[in-house]
Amino acid sequence: MENPAQILGNTAGGVIGFSWLMIALPLVGAAILLIGGRRTNKWGHLLGVAMSLGAFVVAVLALVQLLGLDPEQRRQAVHLYEFIPGMVDMGLLVDQLSISFALLITGVGSLIHIYSIGYMSHDPERRRFFAYLNLFVAAMLLLVLADNYVGLFIGWEGVGLASYLLIGFWYFKPSAAVAAKKAFIVNRVGDFGLLVGMFVMWTTFGTLSFAGLGDATIEQNGTVTAIGLLLLLGACGKSAQLPLQSWLLDAMEGPTPVSALIHAATMVTAGVYLVVRSGAFFFPLGSTAALVAGIVGTATLLAGAIIGCAKDDIKKGLAGSTMSQIGYMMLGAAFGPVGYAFAIGHLITHGFFKADMFLGAGSVMHAMNDEVDMRKYGGLFSKMKVTAITFIIGYLAIIGFPLLSGYFTKDGIIETAIEHNPVMGWLAVAGAGLTGFYMSRMIFMTFFGKARWDKDAHPHESPAVMTVPLIILSIGAIGLGAFLVLGGRLYQWLAPAVGGARDFVPAFHPFSVPGLSTLALVAVGVVIAWFKYGKAEVPVTAPRGSFLTTFARRDLYGDALNESLFMRPGQWLTRLAVFFDNRGIDGLVNGLAATIGGSSGRLRRVQTGFARTYALSILFGAALLTGALLLVGNL
Amino acid sequence: MTTEYLVLSAILFVIGAVGVLIRRNAIVVFMCVELMLNACNLAFVTFARQWGNLDGQIIAFFVMVVAAAEVVIGLAIIVTIFRTRRSASVDDANLLKY
Amino acid sequence: MTSLWLPLLIAVPVVGAVVVGVAPKSAAKWLTLATSLVVLALTLVMAFQFKPGGERFQFVFEADWIPAFGVKFGLGVDGIALVLIGLTAVLTPIVIAASWHDADAPHAKYSVKTYFALMLALLAMMVGVFAATDIFLFYVFFEAMLIPMYFMIGSYGGAQRSYAAIKFLLYSLFGGLLMLVAVIGLYVVTTSWVGGDGQPLFANGTFMFPDIIEALKTQTIDSGTAKWLFAGFFIAFAIKAPLVPFHTWLPDAAAQAPAGAAVLLVGVLDKVGTYGMLRFCLELFPEASKWATPLVIVLSVVGIIYGAIVAIGQTDMKRLIAYTSISHFGFIAMGVFAMSQTAQEGATLYMVNHGFATGMLFLAAGFLIARRGSPYIADYGGVQKVAPLLAGAFFIAGLAGLSLPGLSSFVSEFMVMIGTYSSTAFGSGALAVAAIVSALAVILAAVYILWMVQRTLHGPTAESVSGMKDLSKRELWVVAPLLALIIGFGFFPKPLLDIIRPAVTDTLVNVKVDNPAVAEKGAGE
Repeated sequence: MENPAQILGNTAGGVIGFSWLMIALPLVGAAILLIGGRRTNKWGHLLGVAMSLGAFVVAVLALVQLLGLDPEQRRQAVHLYEFIPGMVDMGLLVDQLSISFALLITGVGSLIHIYSIGYMSHDPERRRFFAYLNLFVAAMLLLVLADNYVGLFIGWEGVGLASYLLIGFWYFKPSAAVAAKKAFIVNRVGDFGLLVGMFVMWTTFGTLSFAGLGDATIEQNGTVTAIGLLLLLGACGKSAQLPLQSWLLDAMEGPTPVSALIHAATMVTAGVYLVVRSGAFFFPLGSTAALVAGIVGTATLLAGAIIGCAKDDIKKGLAGSTMSQIGYMMLGAAFGPVGYAFAIGHLITHGFFKADMFLGAGSVMHAMNDEVDMRKYGGLFSKMKVTAITFIIGYLAIIGFPLLSGYFTKDGIIETAIEHNPVMGWLAVAGAGLTGFYMSRMIFMTFFGKARWDKDAHPHESPAVMTVPLIILSIGAIGLGAFLVLGGRLYQWLAPAVGGARDFVPAFHPFSVPGLSTLALVAVGVVIAWFKYGKAEVPVTAPRGSFLTTFARRDLYGDALNESLFMRPGQWLTRLAVFFDNRGIDGLVNGLAATIGGSSGRLRRVQTGFARTYALSILFGAALLTGALLLVGNL
Repeated sequence: MTTEYLVLSAILFVIGAVGVLIRRNAIVVFMCVELMLNACNLAFVTFARQWGNLDGQIIAFFVMVVAAAEVVIGLAIIVTIFRTRRSASVDDANLLKY
Repeated sequence: MTSLWLPLLIAVPVVGAVVVGVAPKSAAKWLTLATSLVVLALTLVMAFQFKPGGERFQFVFEADWIPAFGVKFGLGVDGIALVLIGLTAVLTPIVIAASWHDADAPHAKYSVKTYFALMLALLAMMVGVFAATDIFLFYVFFEAMLIPMYFMIGSYGGAQRSYAAIKFLLYSLFGGLLMLVAVIGLYVVTTSWVGGDGQPLFANGTFMFPDIIEALKTQTIDSGTAKWLFAGFFIAFAIKAPLVPFHTWLPDAAAQAPAGAAVLLVGVLDKVGTYGMLRFCLELFPEASKWATPLVIVLSVVGIIYGAIVAIGQTDMKRLIAYTSISHFGFIAMGVFAMSQTAQEGATLYMVNHGFATGMLFLAAGFLIARRGSPYIADYGGVQKVAPLLAGAFFIAGLAGLSLPGLSSFVSEFMVMIGTYSSTAFGSGALAVAAIVSALAVILAAVYILWMVQRTLHGPTAESVSGMKDLSKRELWVVAPLLALIIGFGFFPKPLLDIIRPAVTDTLVNVKVDNPAVAEKGAGE
């Protein structure tokens, strides 16, 4: 059989020529499940898992093929079809960067699909859930595999749509419906940036494809900075970076696997992907766009950590932590190829340990009648050992416990940051200390201490279909960091794709001042948490807390700010505009009509019905005409 | 010569017009209208004689024909109105208004 | 080389309307549907014979009509007109199927037969208005379209129907009469043109658009006159489209019209306005168009943002959709007057895609309203629970309305914005601000659509909708083709763009703007 991909004029052969299957499989799955409706209820979830696994297999095979190629040849283009003739062709770019993402998305994605079989088993609409999950996987793969910005943007909005649908999966809860809408709208603010960024790009360089931009000479000037900043705005929306962070915490209204897949492991990292992929616009280091990216990352990593410190809702605590960790990635992405490698590395390990913890939280909620308040947990370690141990592995990974995943990748980001910009670097160190505190707080409140359960809670371990993915993810959380970072493996793998020197090995100094102080600060954080939440009793109702606690609990007043700056003025503007339209413009039109109507009403009174009055007016008319003609002198 | 005829015509016309305007009885108004028409006829004939062609005379005939037709229809209307309203006053027939 | 395709396309629905009028009541609906499907089939066959890049006007038909004034019954299509006729032909059967029971409503004054006969009459006129190459004939169709639509709104509409119908009629007539003055003015100008041999070019004057365009290569219209004539045409089209501030008739008309009529009104009739701008305003009066561009662009951008903001504040679904259309028409007008290849292609594509997207949104809203009996958003809630298919159709139509990438309206909106941003017709970057401001509508669109979706489909199921039935078979047949078109052209707009492209290039050549594609064509010749 002939390869259809080659008929389409591909340059890539083999499995990579078929890499569109990665997108097509889950897309077909979603279509079947949505169109098939209730008829597919019985086996819908299995189809969803199969399609996701299928995409994973294709990704692995593509990786194998890439590995067999010379490193400089690992940039494989797959042309699909003409999209907008003369502007954009739809095609895929399979290179080191995109395949790394594809593996993360399909790998972690498949695990979460499997986990969801158990987690959603009691939901009557489990099929719809899997349809949306498949839709998400397809869109996310399009986002990372597309070889141009328009394709990326289609995937970008596609994941936004999937995120909207999944946050609002329980649409009958008003809070979920509102949270879904909020996520989409805030994301759209970022999309505005991405869109305008594309306008400028097209106008300046005449191309929107990565290959075309790669060939263009991009020199730092005002326009390029503008493109960088606009893309960064898009990245901020998708990755919940300041100032567009407010949607992520509300997004926890969705089912927990969604939080794990979309709002921790994959979609929210798309912003980091965008910045890395568009590296040329953030170059050279220290240029305005790169600097702003660093500032955004630093601010967000601190903000997220502070929010995480005060949340009693386990999912919101994890969400704050996600914000914070993506802040680290954004910070890393501000510092060129070395930073990219660590940012992507952290992104991948974070995908594992955060998904692990989110799914663990889901497992806990599953056991505790969907209770999310950690103040009503406690002492769960003995009741659900697998969940607890895997959760604790994820915890150790995120706080950077030596030799676990997070230790390598986060430390790499901090070191790179200190090298280029000490202020940001040391703030990141402080953030690591906060991470130690809030994550330990979560562990102590959930798994240790006294049981503070509601009366009807009967915690139990989750079924194997949920715990097995947890175990696999925790294995990744243990070893992936060392595998990727030691010897500069990830850096050298990514170097041709993101433009770094290939034979260079990024230094890794575990015993340097920053490395040791990070560890020390983390230890301090853990100890404080132990004294406050491990040793001391945790009250079931939250104490009022200081100003700082309230500040953190209310998400640093982000929502209040949005509300008073945008929402309320917006509502007033809307009301004003509607009033203006109804009374102003339409009023003018109707007023004109009424004036004409009114004056005709008055004018018709002249028709009195007395024949002699008419006769008189005829006489006057005749006299007037005669007079006029006489005046003109034509008579 | 011509001037005198025209003055007569004008006087007749004015008498007719004033009659139309001030009299209420429909029959009298009607006769005043006829008077105005005939005043015009006089003027037409005068001008025909003045210029020595027949155009004015022909038009006078037309006017007479139209006037006759008008009388037929007008009188019929007046009679009908009188039968239903018991009045021949033009001011009483004022239903057709705004 | 006269082709009978276009007269046939107009004649078939006219005959159909007469037959429906005299046929027994039971057969009327099926006859109407069959007629519209015949028109659709004929249109498709014709479209496949169309040669993009060949003669500009194809399937030309010419017959003398009023020889004394050079008026001809002239028909012909270029790529722009062809896709719009295609839109008309596709939408009409869908609308007929969707309004199967609309005229049965107890308050309708006239018979069911009349409603469907009017629909066919409207179809004939809509095809005619896009196919007319004689400006006088265009004017006749332009005005005649009002008659069936007036009766469809005024007799079969909602509670405020006669107010809405009269408002619609007066607005359109006002614009139409201004256009008539301009048409006559243009005719007078053509009688004064003298050819190279000293003889008048058109002894009796002419209304034929292709002839005038050809003559304009050597002749000129005095610039003051051109501005007045441009204004006459433009105001008529701006009312029709409608652009802010001539828009207030649309929400009333669309909200009061039966859903099917509203689809044809917003989906096709209003396109005549933007089509007219692209075809007549630009090509007949290139200099005047450039002179007016700043004003038009400002009006468009104001309309884009203003329409979106007012849409957010609406409480009535159909009015809300009408205001979103006002925002979208702003995009189309901006694309037309940006005078760049990409923007005008995008604007033309937008006319088609907007017809599908807004058509589907109106129809889905119509299904909702028919079930619940209220157009007010506040009367709904949690519909997704009881009618998932209906909710899904409404939601996807909404997504198309907010131009979600992957759906057809995104491609056109993107092309309009990027084409406007990069337009060089007025110096590079002159229109960039307009494009950036209009891109803000991306955010506002999400607000108005998703807020409506949240209040109607999501949340706890309101008691009043708890017994709501899901889509019937017939309604599924209405929704499915639109859905397929929206998604299909969202990922694969090339077939449409291939048809549109040469026509837009020809337009820009006649408008004489500096344009890369134009230069390319010039070099190729």
